Amino acid sequence: MATQTERDTREILKAVEGAAGQLPSAERRQFLRKALTAGAGTFAGAAFAGLSIAHAADVPASAGSKYPPGLPPWSRTLGPGVDWQPYGMPVKYQADVIRRQVAWLTQSPQASVNFSPLQHLNGTITPNGLFFCRYHSGCAQINPAEHRLLIHGMVERPLLLTMDDLMRYPAVSRTHFVECAANGAMEWKRAQLDSLQYTHGMLSCAEWTGVMLSTLLDQVGVKKGAKWLLIEGADGAKMARSIPLWKGLDDCILAYSQNGEALRAEQGYPVRAVIPGFEGNMNIKWVRRIKVSDRPWYTREETSEYTELRPDGKALAFDFYEDAKSVITFPCPEVPPQHGKGLYEIRGLAWSGRGKIKAVDVSFDGGANWRPAQLQGPVLTKSLTRFTVPWQWDGGPALLASRALDETGYVQPTIDELRAVRGDRGVYHNNSIQVWQVTAEGKVHNVQLA
Amino acid sequence: MCSSLETGMSKAWQALVLLALPACALAAQPVHYAYGTTPTAAQVKGWDVDVFPDGEGLPPGQGTVAQGEPLYEARCSACHGLFGEGVAKFPNLNNSSLDDLKATPPVKTIGNYWPYAPKIFDYIRRAMPFPMPGSLTDEETYAITAYLLNLNNLVGSDFVADAQTLAKVQMPNRNGLIVNDLKPDTHAKRCMKGCAAGSALEVKTNAKDLKGLTPPTTGPADGK
Repeated sequence: MATQTERDTREILKAVEGAAGQLPSAERRQFLRKALTAGAGTFAGAAFAGLSIAHAADVPASAGSKYPPGLPPWSRTLGPGVDWQPYGMPVKYQADVIRRQVAWLTQSPQASVNFSPLQHLNGTITPNGLFFCRYHSGCAQINPAEHRLLIHGMVERPLLLTMDDLMRYPAVSRTHFVECAANGAMEWKRAQLDSLQYTHGMLSCAEWTGVMLSTLLDQVGVKKGAKWLLIEGADGAKMARSIPLWKGLDDCILAYSQNGEALRAEQGYPVRAVIPGFEGNMNIKWVRRIKVSDRPWYTREETSEYTELRPDGKALAFDFYEDAKSVITFPCPEVPPQHGKGLYEIRGLAWSGRGKIKAVDVSFDGGANWRPAQLQGPVLTKSLTRFTVPWQWDGGPALLASRALDETGYVQPTIDELRAVRGDRGVYHNNSIQVWQVTAEGKVHNVQLA
Repeated sequence: MCSSLETGMSKAWQALVLLALPACALAAQPVHYAYGTTPTAAQVKGWDVDVFPDGEGLPPGQGTVAQGEPLYEARCSACHGLFGEGVAKFPNLNNSSLDDLKATPPVKTIGNYWPYAPKIFDYIRRAMPFPMPGSLTDEETYAITAYLLNLNNLVGSDFVADAQTLAKVQMPNRNGLIVNDLKPDTHAKRCMKGCAAGSALEVKTNAKDLKGLTPPTTGPADGK
């Protein structure tokens, strides 16, 4: 069906053609040019799609169908101009692809977390608008001109930097994942959430650009005997974590850019810490202060939170690494196999906080037998790696699982193996093998075999 | 990087560069960029709010249990409850023992889980009250800390919290934390064939059986 605008356009075009028909050819061309330019200008202001190229009489009957041999409307109209979306947004058909929260987990959305929609993401880079968020005092929104970074403590030359100062230092761009230590926390006791987004979505990956923390520590001159750093945010929580100095001198970044653009407020604009491979909470956002000391601070997030209670009542503190982990992202509960029995490509993600992924194995039978998956390069350290493996589904029940191995030789454990060490009352660092149950009806569910 | 730079240069340029700017030597030594400014003592003092477990960093001032009670009721109880019991899912600040750490689910509060009393002051000053962090004076923060310690039966009602007394409070879980050696604690093997059999391959729990637990993953956020 033609829209009102299209009908108006056709009438104007007809009138213009009629008038032009009365004129000699040279004058006709000039008249047409003027009339159409004026008409287009008028219509562009009201509706960009107005100037239909197709003439009513010329449209073949088959144009009514969007499918071959027809011509769909978008092939018969002028689309919007380059000034349509000065900052581009996803198309409306992707409206389901958003970060989501588990409302019953926390009391307040200002001290909560949301989850990346991994079931719809096909690369190793998380789009900035879909990067998972964890706040402790809501999202600080900071004018960069009013932001300051203080570096002090056991240093020769304390330093106060503006963002302009910070951005003068030599810059690096590196790709690293950030995973919340509590990713998978709800699955310690049993299979709970029937969703890839909610079981694994506290995981995202970006290319970060910023200053190596080691560059700044060189500038201030760390004093002999120093062993720890406090990195502190400017948010209401003044979120703070103790970072071993060796890590700060190794690969940490004070990042002001994410995937090529300035950080989003949600990710700590104007500057955040990226502590590659360590639990997400240590990647302090809105960084305002770095203090150097000879001992750790035992902040709330190092005692009350981010410690792991063992069966005997003792708790493990300073458990920094996000150990090797993987998950099949297709099929998954949200995106099951939709074509009955036949050939599918199983796809997934693997990552390790200790280095590069060396291999990923996939099982179709719950872990009795495994076969190596294809890794998609480049395989970067402490970054997401995609894997694929073809799967000939016979249409019967199946138990799909993936198992990551990293370059240190570490092999991703089953939930059984984790519980044997840590019990089942844990919150953090659940890096167990995820099993997806595929039913004969083509549904996919989160299950545990132990 | 240095060698590739040099091979791309003529001998004359190499000689010039080596004379004027020894590029390789420069790369090996830290460069002093001289960006930014030296903070004043007052600037550092204003932001230097962290407190160590032994109390280093606690500011001057003090507060009593009696002073803390009305402050707690006015500034904290809306979320944490009149008796520290916690409203809805806001944290419980009371009624816990070391045995509660072995319960299922474990009950972890400042009284039975936090190993160092000075860190209670640090956290309140840093992040509380939740809607208005930074709105309490140091004296008020000491008073609320004293009240909370008394509420947990860790100090008497005559306790006065200050930089010295907080460091001396014996917290029940003082020795409850094990510092991780940062080595992996599982040692799974890479088995490829016949790795499991029988009941090890049977589904024990299925998330689909927990109706209503998983929020929607389509439609508007929060299912609104």
